[in-house]
Amino acid sequence: MTATFIILLAAPLLAALACLRLPVRACQAVTITAGVVSFATAVVLVPAAAHHDLTLGRYLRADAISVVFLLATSFLYAAVSAYSVGYFAGEQYSASSGPTAPRSAGPDPTAPPKAGFARYARRFYTGLNLFAWSMLAAPLMSSLALLWIAVEVTTVISALLVAIEDTDRAVEAAWKYVLIASAGLGLALLATIFMYAAGAHVLGQSYDLTFTQLLHTGPRLPHTLVRLAYGLAVLGFGTKVGLFPVHTWLPDAHAEAPTPVSALLSGSLLAVSFYAILRYYQVSVAALGPSFPQGVLLAFGIASLLLAALSLFDQGDVKRLLAYSSMEHMGILAIGVSFGAPIALAGVLLHVLAHAAAKGNAFMGAGVLMRKYQTKNVAAIDGGLDLLPWSGPLLLVAVLALAAMPPFGIFRSEFQIVAGGLAASRNAAAAALIVVVTLAFLGLSLSANRMLVNPSSKRLPRGEPSAWMVIPVVAGVAALAMLGVHPPAHLTELLARGAAELRGLG
Amino acid sequence: MTTAWLAAQHGPAVQHGPEALAAAHGVPSVFGGSANVVAVVVLLLEFGMFRQALLRDQIRLYAAQSAAVSVLAVIVAAARHVPELYVLAALSAALKVVIVPLVMRRLLRGAGDDSAGSGALSLASVGWGGGVEASGGWGGGVEASGGWGGGVEASRGWGGGAGASTLLLATAAGAFGFFAVGTLGIAGVTLPQAALSLAMAVVLVAFVLMIVRRDVVSQAVGFFSLENGVSLAALVIAAHMPLILEVAFLFDLLVAVIVFGVLIRVHHGLSESLSTAGLTRLRG
Repeated sequence: MTATFIILLAAPLLAALACLRLPVRACQAVTITAGVVSFATAVVLVPAAAHHDLTLGRYLRADAISVVFLLATSFLYAAVSAYSVGYFAGEQYSASSGPTAPRSAGPDPTAPPKAGFARYARRFYTGLNLFAWSMLAAPLMSSLALLWIAVEVTTVISALLVAIEDTDRAVEAAWKYVLIASAGLGLALLATIFMYAAGAHVLGQSYDLTFTQLLHTGPRLPHTLVRLAYGLAVLGFGTKVGLFPVHTWLPDAHAEAPTPVSALLSGSLLAVSFYAILRYYQVSVAALGPSFPQGVLLAFGIASLLLAALSLFDQGDVKRLLAYSSMEHMGILAIGVSFGAPIALAGVLLHVLAHAAAKGNAFMGAGVLMRKYQTKNVAAIDGGLDLLPWSGPLLLVAVLALAAMPPFGIFRSEFQIVAGGLAASRNAAAAALIVVVTLAFLGLSLSANRMLVNPSSKRLPRGEPSAWMVIPVVAGVAALAMLGVHPPAHLTELLARGAAELRGLG
Repeated sequence: MTTAWLAAQHGPAVQHGPEALAAAHGVPSVFGGSANVVAVVVLLLEFGMFRQALLRDQIRLYAAQSAAVSVLAVIVAAARHVPELYVLAALSAALKVVIVPLVMRRLLRGAGDDSAGSGALSLASVGWGGGVEASGGWGGGVEASGGWGGGVEASRGWGGGAGASTLLLATAAGAFGFFAVGTLGIAGVTLPQAALSLAMAVVLVAFVLMIVRRDVVSQAVGFFSLENGVSLAALVIAAHMPLILEVAFLFDLLVAVIVFGVLIRVHHGLSESLSTAGLTRLRG
């Protein structure tokens, strides 16, 4: 198992280094290889992590919860690395900016590739690999201090990726993102310090702050410090999860980043930050009992879900629309954890996987629409099903999957979460969850209907911009269907063990 | 007090710590007193940054604040026999007193005249009162920037900066942080508890600073000084954290500084200004 840890940490890093020098084509090949290898390695970890914890040295550790997040991140990493090949196929003929901000001269398909493109693409691929590396590193950290560092590294690298298109809007989004997220992580750092102080009362003044140590000390931890640390951690890491009221960077960054980055931000980055909250949740439940940690998450979850659902109505920008949908799903995750029932916790972990696949698909599909129509304005896009023989239906499927339609994974996970809420006698919260999620479905489907089902008013040729932009989406649909219809036995065991760990029984 | 402290250090039950410090509260020792003085200086410098209209001087104040935190780390290292803290103090001084201010000053030089002018784009332009006096204060501010030795002269630049109401807001936030943490009764391990309360006040004032300032450099410096506040808190309650983790935190700060610098440069390249007043395109 040592090898798997090393591969997961080395493959993206080596790819990033290689992309500094290689020509663009080679960068793309290396990135896809690193993505696929990372995903395969994460899959290899599943059977082992479903039965016992894996450790390497003092500072690397993976249990069932970590592997769930590794799977989600590495799957999207592989998917967007393939997708970006198609994303750049048209890009090199436009100016150095992205398709969202065409320069006044307009793209000329006969012009030679711009000289600046190679530099831009190299920066992009280096950043993408580093970003994936930091997100794969975070769930492998055994210490809360190192976890904080990994999450902070994801922030700064992704901020550069958000700004990479060098437009006014992108830089504005990146600045707001890095400032708000860093301020939030400042609070999370305070949480780390307070948790260290709490553990020091039991474990002695100098220790590594690993959560296994903290979990073992359990109720002996001083309650005031743990409460303080947990509250600060939820607010601090919650800034990056996109919990209300500290979510304000989220729609901006998602909308202005290049589409492959938006998909990673939404499907992986938010989840990795949520992973950090889960670790604090585990320690707090062990120290304080479940009622305080669950109450905090319930309050943040309901507020985020409600705000996101209302923001989905009449949203003009297709990527902002999907960003608010991500916020909605993070709210669902928080509420699911607050229910505390085993079936709900297994549902939460499944939801992380299914949301990564579905949201990745939705962003990738939206990227094809934006390429085709040269706009991201929902009102200016129509007839997607007619003009895009593959991406149109696939985007529709992704939107339906996000709205928890059977037979896809999110249906199963949300069903489990609601069932867990009822099992835990949280009837009011479960009912509120159902009502608000339905509201969100309405908002999302209205816009999807406008873009995809309404007959086309444009005289655009029918056809896909690139096959590379379709293949990863097909893989995503396959994954969603598998998660919904029949998750493999090892995965079910993994989720069950993860749920047990979250309840303090691991 | 020292014997009680040592018992707390080496005995299995660290709960003796509060008693040791309670003794310190009765008769302030030289150590407790000087530690508190340095912590107060850190908070005063935070307010100094808050009031400072000139970006260059703000960076000087940040360097002074970082130096104060490093000095405190040395004091703790000497008085509490935590040798790792010497290393940490040296590294953190190298990074936060030398490298970060150097990077920020280079950015300002690249930005040209903005250095003196963007005070107008920061607090004064918010127009919450005090905006008029603020414009009067710049002249004095430039001369005051001559020296900041000891961190006292720096406060001369306070002619232009925050309006009265934003300063009240910052004072209220700082007081809230100070007293709220005080009521929790968290005993410091290496330093008196008052230092933890002061650290929390620094963090909250840094938040207010980041919120009310309207230029990218001040906002970035606000974040860095927030990190100083957290470092101060760490000295009080987590001074024995393994060095490797502390060094990793510093490395991380270095990465953050570089990225902030890159974004500031890109922002300046696109908008020809350090102001954030134009960053209002993204809504909804």
